[in-house]
Amino acid sequence: MAKMIPLTGDQAVAEAMRQIDPDVVAAYPITPQTEIVMTFSQFAADGRVKTELIPVESEHSAMSACVGSAAAGARTMTATSANGLALMWEIVYIASSTRLPIVMPVVNRALSGPINIHCDHSDTMGARDSGWIQIYAESGQEAYEYTILAIRIAESSDILLPVMVCQDGFITSHSVEGVELFDDKLVKDFIGEYKPGMPTLLDTDNPVTYGPLDLQDFYFEHKRQQSEAMKNAIDVIPKIMDEFNKKFGRSHSIIEEYNMDDAEVAIVVMSSTAGTAKTVVDDLRKEGLKVGLVRPCLFRPFPAQKIVDALSKVKVVAVLDRAESFSNCGGPLYNDIRAAMYDAKNKPIITDYIFGLGGRDIFPKDIADVYRELIKAAGENKVKQNINYIGVRE
Amino acid sequence: MSKKGWKEIPIGGLIDEAGSAKAYDTGSWRTFKPVVDKAKCINCLQCWIYCPDSSVIVKDQKMEGFDYDHCKGCGICASICPVKCIKMEK
Repeated sequence: MAKMIPLTGDQAVAEAMRQIDPDVVAAYPITPQTEIVMTFSQFAADGRVKTELIPVESEHSAMSACVGSAAAGARTMTATSANGLALMWEIVYIASSTRLPIVMPVVNRALSGPINIHCDHSDTMGARDSGWIQIYAESGQEAYEYTILAIRIAESSDILLPVMVCQDGFITSHSVEGVELFDDKLVKDFIGEYKPGMPTLLDTDNPVTYGPLDLQDFYFEHKRQQSEAMKNAIDVIPKIMDEFNKKFGRSHSIIEEYNMDDAEVAIVVMSSTAGTAKTVVDDLRKEGLKVGLVRPCLFRPFPAQKIVDALSKVKVVAVLDRAESFSNCGGPLYNDIRAAMYDAKNKPIITDYIFGLGGRDIFPKDIADVYRELIKAAGENKVKQNINYIGVRE
Repeated sequence: MSKKGWKEIPIGGLIDEAGSAKAYDTGSWRTFKPVVDKAKCINCLQCWIYCPDSSVIVKDQKMEGFDYDHCKGCGICASICPVKCIKMEK
């Protein structure tokens, strides 16, 4: 039977890892991910998992050990945040290009500098082109469920790519909420026994070489294969989610639409801020304002068609970006959404609001103000400016 | 040799056969090629010892020449040869 217990988002992810019981976890603690590694280490010390836990000396070593372990045919996990992700950077690309289905919970934290330990998405947004699948969770409950889902996604024979399961540092990672844990056996049934999708290093009857030099004559073909895997992922992930939904009574999808049926204006935002925005939608709906919300749960691959379907119906859209790209053209989510909407028949006005950098709080009033600006813009058929900032002092 | 397309090769840069480096023509990287003057060669096999690409062909304990499919033209053989019987030619 499923049971509801109070857990932080980090503990919830560690519980998912306990149920997954990966063959190998190589990880290094970093705030605000620390509690995942700490809790999981306790599970390992108490003999509640059979995992070979490798306490490494840095994140570069953590991801390197994961690459070796996954290539050897072991189900492999790690976890990190911000500067830890930055330190493993080189090997992050090697993991995806070697097609190793490593699952890595990432607790989003501002990437230095100036040094800061609180939430924004600058760490994983930097890794958006690394060839990893990225899923962004709104709550600790979702981070728990996405971690289980991520195993199946990464290991799918049509995909074979590593997955980052992102949640907001401190906001969900350290807040205690009632988390419903599924029965261990149901989780194990869902993920199944691990069968590596490629010949492995320890299969001495079928020797293979991993990571050889790949020059002008073959590198491009391997990159083309990665593109294809991402194309497959956009079709396969919804199927895996459907299977999960049936088994566990959930309604996951690659994007979430909230009150979008008759919405005239909409906000697009990922992760925990979507939860805050939903209460604002409820409040404004009571005033009779036709406001809606779209939350991309999957960011890599980008669910472009779903975004187009959802946003083509509205007049004005605000994208809330918890990261700056310093391109002078808005944040990363804004750019992907604008690009996706270029081919849409009905193009809404799309404006960007950068918010919450370095853990700066965003309040319901801030979001309500954005909605009111959107309604005004819908009436005037124009926005004041394309790139805006919420909550920064002038 | 026509090379296979992305749908036909193993994913992830994997090489699924042993010893396949032999089929890869690294000799095409070469600018200068070593040429031996067999009349001067004393068959000391220093070139065979030093060659980093195992491209010195030895038969019956005698230096026979070079494997030009894999010699990258580094010139170590010419440099190490005690009787200077190997020349690097364009």
